[in-house]
Amino acid sequence: MGKLLSRRETVPAILVVIAFIAGIVESPKFLDFRYLLNVSPEYAETGIMALGMTLVIVCAEIDLSVASILALVACVVAKMLDAGWGGMAAVCGLLLGTCLGGVNGVLVGKLKLPSFVVTLATMALYRGIAQAMLGAHSVKMPHGWIGVDMLNVPGTPFPIPLVLFAVLAVGVGLLLHRTVFGRWIYMTGTNPSAALYSGLPVERVKVLVFTITGFLAAISALLMDSRLGVARYDHALGQELDVITVVVLGGTSIFGGEGAVLANVLALLLIAFVHIGLYLANVTGEFQLAVIGTLLVVAVMISTLVGRRQKR
Amino acid sequence: MVSAKGLRMSFAGVEVLKGVDVDLFPGEVHAIVGENGAGKSTVAKLIGGVYQPVAGQISISGAPTQIGSPRQAIQLGVALIHQEPLTFPDLEVSENVFAGYQPSRGVRGVDWKAMRQEAGQILGRLGSRVKPTDRVANLSIADQQMVELAAALSHNAKVFLLDETTASLTPKEVEELFVIVRKLREDGCALAFVSHRLEEVFSIADRITVLRDGEQVATLIPNETSPEEIVRLMVGRDHSDLGLAPRSYQAQEPVLEVKGLSRGSKFHDVSFQLRRGEILGLGGMVGAGRTEVCEAIFGIARPTGGQVLFDAKPVTIRKPADAIRLGIGLVPEDRQHNGLFMPMQIKENTSSVGLAGFARASWVDRGREGKTATEYATRLRTKLRSVLQPVKELSGGNQQKVVLSKWLLTKPKVLILDEPTRGVDIGAKAEIHMLIRELVEQGMSILIVSSDLPELLGLSDRILVMRQGRIAAEFKGVEADAESVMRAATGQAA
Amino acid sequence: MKRFAAFRELGTVVLIVLAMVVAGIREPRFFKPESLSNILLYAPLLIVVGIGQMMVIVTRGIDVSVGSMVGISAMTVGMLFKAQPHMPLPLGVGVGILAGLLLGSLNGVLIAGVRIPPIIVTLGGLSAYRGLLFFICQGHQIDANFVPDGLTYWSQAGPITIAGLTISWVFCIAIAGALAAAWFLQRTRAGRDIYVLGSNPEAARLRGVPVRRTTFSVYAITGALCGLAGALYLSRYGVVNPGSAGKGMELVVIAAVVIGGTNVAGGSGSVLGVVLGCLLLGTISNALAVAGIDENWQQLTYGIIILVAVVVDTATKRALAKRLEAA
Repeated sequence: MGKLLSRRETVPAILVVIAFIAGIVESPKFLDFRYLLNVSPEYAETGIMALGMTLVIVCAEIDLSVASILALVACVVAKMLDAGWGGMAAVCGLLLGTCLGGVNGVLVGKLKLPSFVVTLATMALYRGIAQAMLGAHSVKMPHGWIGVDMLNVPGTPFPIPLVLFAVLAVGVGLLLHRTVFGRWIYMTGTNPSAALYSGLPVERVKVLVFTITGFLAAISALLMDSRLGVARYDHALGQELDVITVVVLGGTSIFGGEGAVLANVLALLLIAFVHIGLYLANVTGEFQLAVIGTLLVVAVMISTLVGRRQKR
Repeated sequence: MVSAKGLRMSFAGVEVLKGVDVDLFPGEVHAIVGENGAGKSTVAKLIGGVYQPVAGQISISGAPTQIGSPRQAIQLGVALIHQEPLTFPDLEVSENVFAGYQPSRGVRGVDWKAMRQEAGQILGRLGSRVKPTDRVANLSIADQQMVELAAALSHNAKVFLLDETTASLTPKEVEELFVIVRKLREDGCALAFVSHRLEEVFSIADRITVLRDGEQVATLIPNETSPEEIVRLMVGRDHSDLGLAPRSYQAQEPVLEVKGLSRGSKFHDVSFQLRRGEILGLGGMVGAGRTEVCEAIFGIARPTGGQVLFDAKPVTIRKPADAIRLGIGLVPEDRQHNGLFMPMQIKENTSSVGLAGFARASWVDRGREGKTATEYATRLRTKLRSVLQPVKELSGGNQQKVVLSKWLLTKPKVLILDEPTRGVDIGAKAEIHMLIRELVEQGMSILIVSSDLPELLGLSDRILVMRQGRIAAEFKGVEADAESVMRAATGQAA
Repeated sequence: MKRFAAFRELGTVVLIVLAMVVAGIREPRFFKPESLSNILLYAPLLIVVGIGQMMVIVTRGIDVSVGSMVGISAMTVGMLFKAQPHMPLPLGVGVGILAGLLLGSLNGVLIAGVRIPPIIVTLGGLSAYRGLLFFICQGHQIDANFVPDGLTYWSQAGPITIAGLTISWVFCIAIAGALAAAWFLQRTRAGRDIYVLGSNPEAARLRGVPVRRTTFSVYAITGALCGLAGALYLSRYGVVNPGSAGKGMELVVIAAVVIGGTNVAGGSGSVLGVVLGCLLLGTISNALAVAGIDENWQQLTYGIIILVAVVVDTATKRALAKRLEAA
């Protein structure tokens, strides 16, 4: 029993079940599998960003700028498509996201600045660029680019974004748990000094982790562009909160060195259920944010208190 | 003024003090000497309230007292001055002196004028050049220690515990400190002076207590003893303890050569050769610069001057990865902070340096990784349940074996061992010694830093002794004896 | 280091003058009293909240929930006056401060007591408090006709008028707050403990400085200051919209604090620096407005300001330290 409780997946799994039961009680739509699949693309975007954030938090850092990277990439891609760049726009968007993440990485890894200050600044900066570019306007996506969320993988009932998330989750999971680089991330987060003495490229690990997060945020940006059909500078405003909450609920220690991808998937499911439940209950945006914010603090509080008891 | 009776202390089950009595009298400097790890700093920290003794009684001015915290010690008039001064770099000197106790009056609040004036007076009494309005970040270590002394005096401390206070000072700075120590003694303060520099001890102490392995060997009056006798008491063992057969080493070609290596004030003009299959011992006292030399070779901190040659070719080592690529490994002194990833598995720790060796296209072969970790654990006789256990569950000795295996796995040509048996139980210690011998037989070269004299003497083919950042003496393994090494390390030229 | 701080403050003054000159050359309208008084109206809220934020950053923390706390306090005071139009002004302001203090104390308990990293607690607070705000007002905004004239008067008139430029009461309150904070930080032990703790937490503990109490107090004080800022918000804008009151303020405030020379790694920061930082931001924002560059550029500007200030500060300090070590 103790062993089961100490697994990272256990707590989010229990909470998911509770949230699901509560959902069924509240609305029959929770039993409507098709409905759930239909709304899944939105959460796939959060989930993809959370995959990057997991790496960052395992590394004992934080990235507040993910949602802003998404917004800037979304706007730039839409503008480029508008100007007729076609497929190149998507490629450039991914590249841009990677670079934006890289800037965070260099400032944190090489210049050794505190990540919460750096990414707070780039959070404003990246979204600020998008805002300066578009202002209150929105850019419409060309027809052929709209509606990836409505498309299913041929022969299955699963929307493409959901499947993409699953594939990326497996990919990042393998990266984190099976490759040399993944092990380096754990070691850097657990004990940066010992990592240095073991000859690990600590600076490079940090730079790369932020860069990967930028890349993943760019993927989410493309998905969001396609789902909403328009790009605005305030896309995903405040969504870093959802992303961080997913990661922390997934048992990733904010003190670094611990975390697993499977638990994050469960945590994402939980966040999705909470959002869907609140939405079906007609609870508006600000309240949803408040619930998630409270969930974040409570989750960290529980894990901090439990961790402290275990140490004793 | 202070009387400590039967002090006992242990850390993680290892007894470091086994019943020590120390009396500090007003108007007297009581030196506490001993080898590294003999327990002398622990005595100071017990009286200073940093630790609480497992057993024993501390009385102040005749009254038995529990000293629960450093703050309580300060209130009792006991001040502990550390080797590395504990100061507030962003704040000015006067506030460092009074931090937590700033003079304050009613609505006018903290009285800076009075604070600066008083700090100035105290510093003046100490004969220091430091101005109360200087920023502490801009001061030298010696001046920062002055600030700490001034802080102690501001609380009307009557008892001063100087814990290796001179270790990072220049001889001139030490002389200045001693002027103050003498003044305090004349003022009727009681002082404890923890040090391993015997010339300093003999120039200042009125009473000397010698500790060895946590036991009190003797308490003597300087006039009635000699540095030679003190060294003999500090060492006090023959080096057959180790139970290792002496070996004769036939000099082979040098693998690692260091020429005139220097780094700021840490060490200066260090030159030596490490030959193939050789065990080169690096002896000396805490603060002599041994760890710093090792870390400079390994690329942790860049040297400011000098050259490193590997296989007779000059090399530049900017970071540990460079050293590892050449075939140099370092088992660091601070196992917990620099050697291990405590919450991670034994297997993951074992493969931490040589992980790429288990990977094909960066994909870790976890089966082979586990098998190899098990192999090394068997070879080193590491006691464990499973290589999947977190390394923090192991005892000190077994943890050290994990650190050793993580380096052996990379098959280094040169292995630097910094205090490899500190905090390691006797059984594991002997096994590590055997292993070191075995490794050099196979052609590895080992540079070993050790404060454990029997270990240093018993293992090394050649011994270099460092003192105050320089190499003070060199001994052939067979010629060396504990007393001559100790004399070189403490500055008592033979 | 003291010289470095003075140098930083001088640098901020130079930047303010520079920004004014550039703006004035491009747009002579910039020097008109109405334009300049905009700066003096923009700065007070920032100064009040910035002082708290500075204390938090000195202790190596951060508080990103300030904007939501300002919003809640403004709403509380507004609803109070809506219900009781004849309530004395100081009482209303007092209730606002109390509301802020309560939320700030909650942050403080979670950070100092449970020991959750400040960024997590206040990030959660940022959205939780905003949600609470919506809950309190049920989504309705407070309109200008419910705000007592006496309170609005604080922003419209002031004791001193120089060449048509009125120094408003709100600005005076902020400056009075700054002076009080400077006194607290400079002249009380509790205030000095903030610097002692931020400069070296381990040594502070050994010296017996009450680490937890001090950590708690900076967040509680920041909450109270946000409460005051909430009341001033009501005076300045007359309306309180639950969605926009204080929204995004954390960013502007942190920008002001960092550009005022507060070390993001903790240990140093001054009230004067914060005030100058706020005036500089006010000048820049006003200059942008006068030059016709709309507020769509504001976020970008704040992001760049924080980054440049942090990078330049850190680089300078490291260079200084290196030179010191070499000497």
